[in-house]
Parts: sequence; C-alpha cells; structure tokens
Amino acid sequence: MTKQIRQLDRVVIRFAGDSGDGMQLTGDRFTSETAQLGNDISTLPNFPAEIRAPAGTLPGVSSFQVHFADYDILTPGDAPNVLVAMNPAALKANLADLPRGADIIVNTDEFTKRNLAKVGYQTSPLDDDSLAGYVVHPVALTSMTVGALAAHQVSKKDAERSKNMFALGLLSWMYSRPYESTLRFLETKFAKRPELVAANVAAFKAGWNFGETTEDFAVRYEVKPAKMKPGTYRNITGNAALSLGLVAAGVRSGLPVFLGAYPITPASDILHELSKHKRFGVLTVQAEDEIAAVGAALGASYGGSLGVTTTSGPGVALKSETISLAVALELPLVIVDVQRAGPSTGMPTKTEQADLNMALYGRHGEAPVAVIAPRSPSDCFFAALEAARIALTYRTPVILLSDNYVANGSEPWLLPDVESLPDLRVEFATEPNGEDGTTFLPYLRDPETLARPWAIPGTAGLEHRIGGLEKADKTGDISYDPANHDFMVRTRAARIETIPVPDIEVEDPDGDARVLVLGWGSTYGPIGAACRSVRQRGLSIAQAHLRHLAPMPANLGEVLRSYDRVVIPEMNLGQLAHVIRARYLVDAISYNQVRGLPFTSAELETTLEEVLKNV
Amino acid sequence: MSEPVALKLTAKDFKSDQEVRWCPGCGDYAILAAIQQFMPELNIPRERTVFVSGIGCSSRFPYYMNTYGMHSIHGRAPAIATGLSVSRPDLSVWVVTGDGDALSIGGNHLIHALRRNVNLKILLFNNRIYGLTKGQYSPTSEVGKVTKSTPAGSADAPFNPLSLALGAEASFVGRTIDSDRKHLQSVLRAAAEHEGSAFVEIYQNCNIFNDGAFEQLKDPSTRDDYLIRLEHGQPITFGAEGQFCVVHPPGGFGLEVRETSSVRPEEIVVHDATVTDPAYAFALSRLPGLDLRNTPIGVFRSVARPSYDSVVQSQLAAAKAKVTETPEQQLAGLLGSGDTWTIL
Repeated sequence: MTKQIRQLDRVVIRFAGDSGDGMQLTGDRFTSETAQLGNDISTLPNFPAEIRAPAGTLPGVSSFQVHFADYDILTPGDAPNVLVAMNPAALKANLADLPRGADIIVNTDEFTKRNLAKVGYQTSPLDDDSLAGYVVHPVALTSMTVGALAAHQVSKKDAERSKNMFALGLLSWMYSRPYESTLRFLETKFAKRPELVAANVAAFKAGWNFGETTEDFAVRYEVKPAKMKPGTYRNITGNAALSLGLVAAGVRSGLPVFLGAYPITPASDILHELSKHKRFGVLTVQAEDEIAAVGAALGASYGGSLGVTTTSGPGVALKSETISLAVALELPLVIVDVQRAGPSTGMPTKTEQADLNMALYGRHGEAPVAVIAPRSPSDCFFAALEAARIALTYRTPVILLSDNYVANGSEPWLLPDVESLPDLRVEFATEPNGEDGTTFLPYLRDPETLARPWAIPGTAGLEHRIGGLEKADKTGDISYDPANHDFMVRTRAARIETIPVPDIEVEDPDGDARVLVLGWGSTYGPIGAACRSVRQRGLSIAQAHLRHLAPMPANLGEVLRSYDRVVIPEMNLGQLAHVIRARYLVDAISYNQVRGLPFTSAELETTLEEVLKNV
Repeated sequence: MSEPVALKLTAKDFKSDQEVRWCPGCGDYAILAAIQQFMPELNIPRERTVFVSGIGCSSRFPYYMNTYGMHSIHGRAPAIATGLSVSRPDLSVWVVTGDGDALSIGGNHLIHALRRNVNLKILLFNNRIYGLTKGQYSPTSEVGKVTKSTPAGSADAPFNPLSLALGAEASFVGRTIDSDRKHLQSVLRAAAEHEGSAFVEIYQNCNIFNDGAFEQLKDPSTRDDYLIRLEHGQPITFGAEGQFCVVHPPGGFGLEVRETSSVRPEEIVVHDATVTDPAYAFALSRLPGLDLRNTPIGVFRSVARPSYDSVVQSQLAAAKAKVTETPEQQLAGLLGSGDTWTIL
C-alpha cells in the first residue's frame, strides 16, 4: 500500500524501556541516523543509577529523548510527540510528560498481568479508556521479533534482546531515516559474532517492513534537513567533546596531558575516552581515590605536563585541600566537575548546577581559582581548551563546571579547523632570573600575567623548593612575615581577578528589551528556547550567558545595570544570583528548580512572561 | 651506550641555603647529613633529583636539599610523587614521610604506591610520635602509651610498618637507624638501585616528645644483643658473641630466635632478600618484641618486578610508535572520526 507522507518541522521522540532493553543504544542509533539526514538535533538520556534495577519496575525505567528539526533547536524538547514504551513501567513513568494527542507505541507482549501488577496497574491501560486522549499503536514487538528471527541461529534470549532493533526499524521507517549507519554500526559492534549481526539486522528490517505494511501506521513523516553552516559535522556528547578538548589542549600546547581520575558517575566516560588516546602522549592514571587523582595530576603538572583531574561534586569536595595546594604552588591544573544532583550521593545520574558555590569558594584560606562552564555538549570542547589556556598561561587551577545534562546530552558539532584552535604553547623557565644572573627566584612574577616561572625538574641551575607553607614574594622561601602574607594573599586574588576574559554578549534582537535573563552553564538551551518563544509573542527580552564565572567579564556590571529587571534561572537554589546580588548590588530575580532534570523551555517562558508583565 | 660522566658532586652540593629548623638533637639532622653525603655516590645530576614530602617534622626535609623539591600536604606525597614519577621517568624521585604522614592520614596512598610498584624511594622516618603537633601518639606508638591525647594510655594497636608494606606487595623493604650512618647509607644504596618502589623505615629519635624510643638499639651495651643485621647470603646470627640465631622451626609458619649453641649450623636461616614469597620477609618483620629485642635491620626484601612507570611508559611508546602523522593531523583525524556528515 502507498502511505501518505506528511512534512513536519520538528519531532520529539522518547524511547523508554527497562534498563536492560537497550534504550540508550536505540536512541543513540536513531540520533545518528537523524544526524546523517542533516536535521538539527538535541538529545536527553535519562537513566537510573542502578545498572540493572529490578526488571519491569518504575525505578528501572531508562529513557532517551531525541528532538530533531528542520531549523536550529536549543533543547531536547519539553514534551515528546511520540513515546515508545517497551513495557508497562515505561508507559507509566513517562505518560505524564505526554501532551494529549501524542503517539504511543507500546510493546503489547510485555503487558502481562504480572508486569502490570509490578507497577500498580489494576487493569491494562490498553484495555480501558485511560489512554483515550492519545494515539496508541499496540505492537507485539517481542513476539514479532522472535518470529522474524525464527530461522536465525540465535537463542530465544538473544532473539528477544533484538526487539530494540525492531523498534528502531519501525521508528526509522516512520520518520524516513537513512539506516546505513546503523547497519554499519551493528557489523562493527558484533564483529566477533556474525550470527548476532544477522539477527539484529533482520530485526531492524522486520521493524521497518512492519511499518510499511501494517495499516496501523497510515502516515509516514519527513523532517527536512536544517539549514546549517557548511562544513563537516558529527553528533557529540558533552563528555566526548570535553575529552577531545583536552586532547586538543595537549596538541596545541605541545605538552603531555596527564589525567588522574577515580571512577565516578557521570564523569567516568572522560577517563574511558582519554585512556584511548595514548598515541597523543595522553597518560591516564586510575588513582586509588579522588585525592590521589588530583595529587597525581598536580605532581605531573609540577613535572611539566598539563595535569587534569575529572570528577563530580563529591570528588571535588575530597580534592579541595590539594586544589588549595595548587593555588599556593601556582601550577597549572584543570579540575573537571561534571555536576550531578547532591548533596552526598544524591541522584548520581541526574543533573544539577549546585556546585557553583563549591567551585568559587569551597576551599580553606583565601584560595581563588578560575571557574568556567560550558553551555552545550559541543561547547565542552572549547571550554576544555579555554580551561587549559587559563591554567597554562596563568599557572592556576581552573575548575570546569560541566553537568550531567551537557555531559550525556548530544548535538551536532561543526568540526573546527585544527589550525584555528588557540595556540597554547608555554615556555618553561630555563635560565636564572635573579638580578645577579645566577639566582633563581621561583616567585618572581610576569608583570602582565602575574604568573610565576614554571621551572620543571631536570632544568639545571634552577633547583628550588616549593611547598604549601607561605612563601616570601620572589624568593619563594618560607615566610611568616605579616606584610608578606597580606601581599601574597592579595596577589593570588589579583592573579585570578585580572585574567582577561571576553566581555559578555547580550542577545536582544529587538533592541528594546527591559528584562535580561542571565544564565550560566547548561541552562543556555532552555533559556534560549524560552526567549525565542517570548519574542514570537511580540515581547522583547534579552539573554546573556556566563561562560566565565571567575573572573567574571569586565562589562557584566554595566550590562546588568542597563536593564530594569534581571532574571537568573538556575538548577540550584540561587547560587549565581547570590554572587550577582553581592558583587553588583543588582536586585536580580532568582528562579530555581532542582528536580534533577533540565528546565523545560515552557516553564521558563511562563516565568519570563510573568516578569515582563510586571516591568 | 656511553659511559656516564662522573659528576664529582660532594655532600656540600646537596645542601640548600635554607637554615635547618629541627629541634637541636633531633634524629633528622643525622639522616639529612647521611643522605647529603650519600647522594653524590648515585652520580645523578641534582636537577634530576626530586624530594617530595607530606607534612610533619620529617617533611621539612626537601627544603634542606639543593635539588628540586616539594613540601606538599599531609599524607599525599606518594600520590603527588606518583604523578611526577610516572610522567617523568628521567627523574629520581624520593618521598620523605613520617609515621603519622605515611601510616595514618596517608595510609591509602602508601599502600597503593607500593602495590603499583611506582619508581619511588620512600623513606619513612619513624619516631613513634606526632612531633610537629607537639606530642600525640602515632600509629606506630605502643599500646598504653601516655601522651597528650592519651592521658590514660593509648588503646590503639600499632602498625608494624614493614609488615604493612609487605602486605601491600612492596618489592623492596628495608629498615635502618638514624644514628648508624654507614648502615643507613648501605640501605639507601640498595634502595636507589632497586627498580620500582623501595620502602625504607628509618628509626628516628624525637628527643623532645619520645626521647630514647630506640635507645636499646643504639646503646653500645645492648645494641649488639638487640639488633639483627641482615646480610644477603649470610646465616642470620647476632649478639655480641654471635650467640643468637634465626631458625625456621619445623611445623611453624614463621621464624624464631634461638641460641646458636642449641641448633645445628644448617638449621640457621641464610638470609635471602630475593625470595619471591613475601612470607619470609614478613616473618622477619615479626621477630621484634615490644622491648625491641630481635630487631632486624637491613634489606628484608628486594625482588624484581616491573615498575608501574615502565609499564605505563611502554604502553605510551607502543601507541606512539604507530604514529606517522603530525600531532595536528592526528587531531584532525580524531575530531573527524565516527559518523560524520558534510553540509555544502
């Protein structure tokens, strides 16, 4: 039969199933196919911390949301247009997020009495009228997959496990996705087990063909490619981009990258990725604990490497004392904090921006460091380079505040030209710098950057000792002199405060906005999408987004004071707002949410319109 | 390979311009002097030698050595030194630590450095007391010790540092005494020659807060009867007249001290530091009693095992050996790997 083809400008699909159903992989593959087509994309994986929570339960539900469009988009979408529910738990956990009229594709094989009871359904929602407001497509996904693989040399278990490929095939058909990359992927993934390649490909094709033949799916959709800048793209997650940024920092500085890390969610992927790049001279040490991880990184920096440690909030807390030592030693060090919901273990796989206070202030003594935050998955690449630039140029620890949302979310990334990346080369000290021509003064500063010379072991004639005890200006000798300590404390503060960072830019297309929305880090997308919606209603609103949180851009105070109201949305209880109010005496409105999930642009839009009404 | 050039360094070359600020009479002075006198023997340029320390009296050590040095934070020296050593295999990295620094706050880093066999020479100055914080008991203080923080006597059972190091898979373990310069230097020599972690416990007297802790091992009237001087390949006998010896009693797990006259010569254990099974060195480490009788000094264990540094560096070298492109070309290739698409 010939199917009707309908054009859409954007679609949000959420794949949801049990932790073991392979929903992350399914979402990844659909995203990759969509990227090949040239749509703009934004993704949001959402999974439990448990590797295999009890099967079929609500806590075990894992989902992957992908938003794709024929124009540039900023978020993974507030509400799915399509939900793929692999079991009753997946339906129940996600139904509340669905607008009326949304499509729901359910795997009817899993709607057994036992599975329904596990999540508290008295009767099957497929049999009563509770889903009347939605377009439900009941599909016997498991049994059709097993049926399609009857002739294959795979166990029943392996056949059942291929049902995610059936679902992917069906959705790929529905949205007219090119599937060659998925076939290639399956061949690589199961290279050692050809029978699984054949089974998964067969399951995928069965899903595709099912869409084409069944009358339940009368319409097929197309989303045309987005108008994007010319160039070569790849889809990338924040953690992957951040890893590549660190590799690039090594190449552009000519220094070996040394990563000391201890496994922690959601930062471990950076350790995994960097451990693959030894050919770049990247050395990774999985340390015995968080403290050893940062210690080893600092030791490597002392020896002339770009020392990096990657972690999440609980790890930063443990590293605090060593970061303070790095402040005193004035050595380069990059600390990556992929923030997650806290305090304590909190919700390790959920996002939050609540480590800003810790990054800015979480050390003993006056121990200022530079702090920067990426705004999107691909921006993690450039943020890592910027963190390395500041660390190397100013010989300081830099905290890079990523979060679970950008770390695991993905978007298309226009690959940069390597030669256009910043030149991060540094010069080690090689000669005595004292006036007598023979003395080496390890704390004699560059007048412009206030950085001290980086004299690495192995350099003859510059043997010197450094340590955590307060040092005399210039000589670096131990000093308890009151005036010297006062001078050194102020100098360390000035070192950070005077780092030149780009001015903050304001996006105000109408030019007459009286309200400014100020954000930082991963809220860029949702805030941007909300501002667009507000403007589409004919209202004016300005958006500015902070990348540098310490030091802050020099023009920030002036920008803030030029608006009648400043709104600061954050996934914490107002940490940036607190800083802004204290530093600039601006009566900012703090809008907060700590649900472990990114803001939806719809709720931000409502908030902003409320503010606009009262200006 | 060309012959190494004799650097002709002297002890003076290793003295920094900093005024030494330990208490007068502290055992650390003797250790510092012994090490400064010993270093030229290694014929390693000063700039390639690094001393890393933690916190405590002993950890002031790097300030007094005219080499590269870092006085870091409490307990973390092995971790910091691991990063330095692994990333800079050309350096000779020494860790100076104390009983509190290494065994209490930094216990985790110590055991992991040892199990990895990082190429570090770890010198633990053991004075069985916290000196810098003015006299609290330490993890090597004896049970019942009365200190400022234990007026009724310490309830903690102490660590035996050598047993701990052996349990942590140390490939080199030795012990020496601050006051015996010749012996100290002989153990350091063996440690310096060892590939991988070398752990050396140095009994050190704190004359302010724990004076005389090791007096029986130093007093000429008792030391010969108390100390067991281990010599590789030699039967283990000791005492002023050689009247004591170490035997492996049949049916037992460990080693015991006997009167030499009561055993056949072939029953006396011949010391072999290269025994693969750490149980032997462990048994040696268990010989001393609370009164310090039967305290072995010297090299307990020295076995060949690849250092962490060498394994890591060979992985790096193997990966780099395949590279034919410039770093920029490699990077461009890496950025463009995976599924890409092009928009014209």
